[in-house]
Amino acid sequence: MADMSQCEISHELDAIPTLLEAIVARYGFDFRDYAPASLRRRIAKMLEAEQLNDIPALQRRLLADAACMERFLLTLSVNTTSMFRDPGFHRAFREQVVPHLRTYPFVRIWHAGCSTGEEVYSTAIILAEEGLYSRCRIYATDMNEAVLAKAQAGVYPLSAIQEYTQHYIAAGGKNCFSDYYVARYDYALLQPALRQQVVFAPHNLVTDGSFNEFQMILCRNVLIYFNHSLQERVHRLLYSSLCPLGFLALGMRESMSFTPHESQYDSFDCRNKIYRRNPQVCTKSSSSELRWVG
Amino acid sequence: MYEIVVIGTSLGGLNALRTILGALPKTFSLPIVIAQHRSADVGDGLAEYLSGGSSLAVVEPSDKQPILPGSAYLAPADYHLLIEPRFFTLSTEAPVQFARPSIDALFESAADSYGSHVVGVVLTGASADGAKGAAAILQKGGLVVVQEPTTAESPTMPESAIEQGGCCVRPLAGIATFLTGLSPPSSTGGQS
Repeated sequence: MADMSQCEISHELDAIPTLLEAIVARYGFDFRDYAPASLRRRIAKMLEAEQLNDIPALQRRLLADAACMERFLLTLSVNTTSMFRDPGFHRAFREQVVPHLRTYPFVRIWHAGCSTGEEVYSTAIILAEEGLYSRCRIYATDMNEAVLAKAQAGVYPLSAIQEYTQHYIAAGGKNCFSDYYVARYDYALLQPALRQQVVFAPHNLVTDGSFNEFQMILCRNVLIYFNHSLQERVHRLLYSSLCPLGFLALGMRESMSFTPHESQYDSFDCRNKIYRRNPQVCTKSSSSELRWVG
Repeated sequence: MYEIVVIGTSLGGLNALRTILGALPKTFSLPIVIAQHRSADVGDGLAEYLSGGSSLAVVEPSDKQPILPGSAYLAPADYHLLIEPRFFTLSTEAPVQFARPSIDALFESAADSYGSHVVGVVLTGASADGAKGAAAILQKGGLVVVQEPTTAESPTMPESAIEQGGCCVRPLAGIATFLTGLSPPSSTGGQS
């Protein structure tokens, strides 16, 4: 936390909307509908890192200095991720979802908000072990190009590999995890073949639209940073990007239950938060119509 | 006047929480939100364990789940639990003082969203987490109750909170009674 206590920052909470308006006007990144509780914490963290005393000072620096905006983006996007995070989910993907994906001649998967890519490679490994990878394409997107570059490089600290190996085993991995990387110095380089079918691209869930139709979308621990109205908008985007009977994976503590979209999905695996789009054909004509589906 | 109770604890917290939750009456109407430090890999057993000894059901909330009177909520393992007006927000941002869930994060968000209507409770624990959060609650005009360190399995956390000044200090056995005195009588006679 900042040297400045949360209390002092709270005095100027009113300055946050002005800051966010200025950022969207100058840079096009729109944080106005982020969840206030977590947004406040990360703005406080940014003030501390930049050694600034108040939000207006941060605003001045952000508007004047594009490099400061890059740092702000990194602070604001939470990049907590790991390979095979929540092994139970990855096991369910392998054992329950993959058999359905096999029925398609070609499979498109979207990792929405892929961060530094650990989960993208996890999915690729499972698909490869299930003999399905060569007829899949994974679209890995994030709003932040700096983390996307890390994802594309596929180089992770060696110190994390032990945990990833445990997760891989718990997730039902069929090989030896060390088959998938080469260790040099303090880093592990993942096999380049694992990204053969991956397209890394910038995409902002807040401001960009649908760009394809997918058999599966993974959007885990991304929507928790959004408020109700933005969650609803993004849910409309995800729904309109899924084929009928397509799968949607959310984070382990995210739920459809508190959204108006519950009726558009069947709960496929309740514990692991895997949902399946209902079979109705989506008209894709306008977002307002989508509300009425289901 | 008070609308929400937030409780933070670490080492020794299970027994302390069982003692308090077990002694609260069924009619206790303020929502209770608990951050207990624990390992990232533990399952859902803790909420069940805590519910077992209490007339209140303890649940681990999902993101955006509404905060309801007469309910008790436990921060899920490996997430920060944050409070917005009348609902929860979860976060996977970096651990604070090595803890996720962080007590400071819970308390500070409660102070931001509920102002002077927050009651913070700091129980046994072996870190200083909760002290900053307690200060944030007090600064907004809320109330903080701290377990008397001599009755705590690990006194560090209560002592760190007491150092902030302005906290009420109660022995573990007296905290449930203290909280009950702050809870308005429930019009529905319990959980609705």
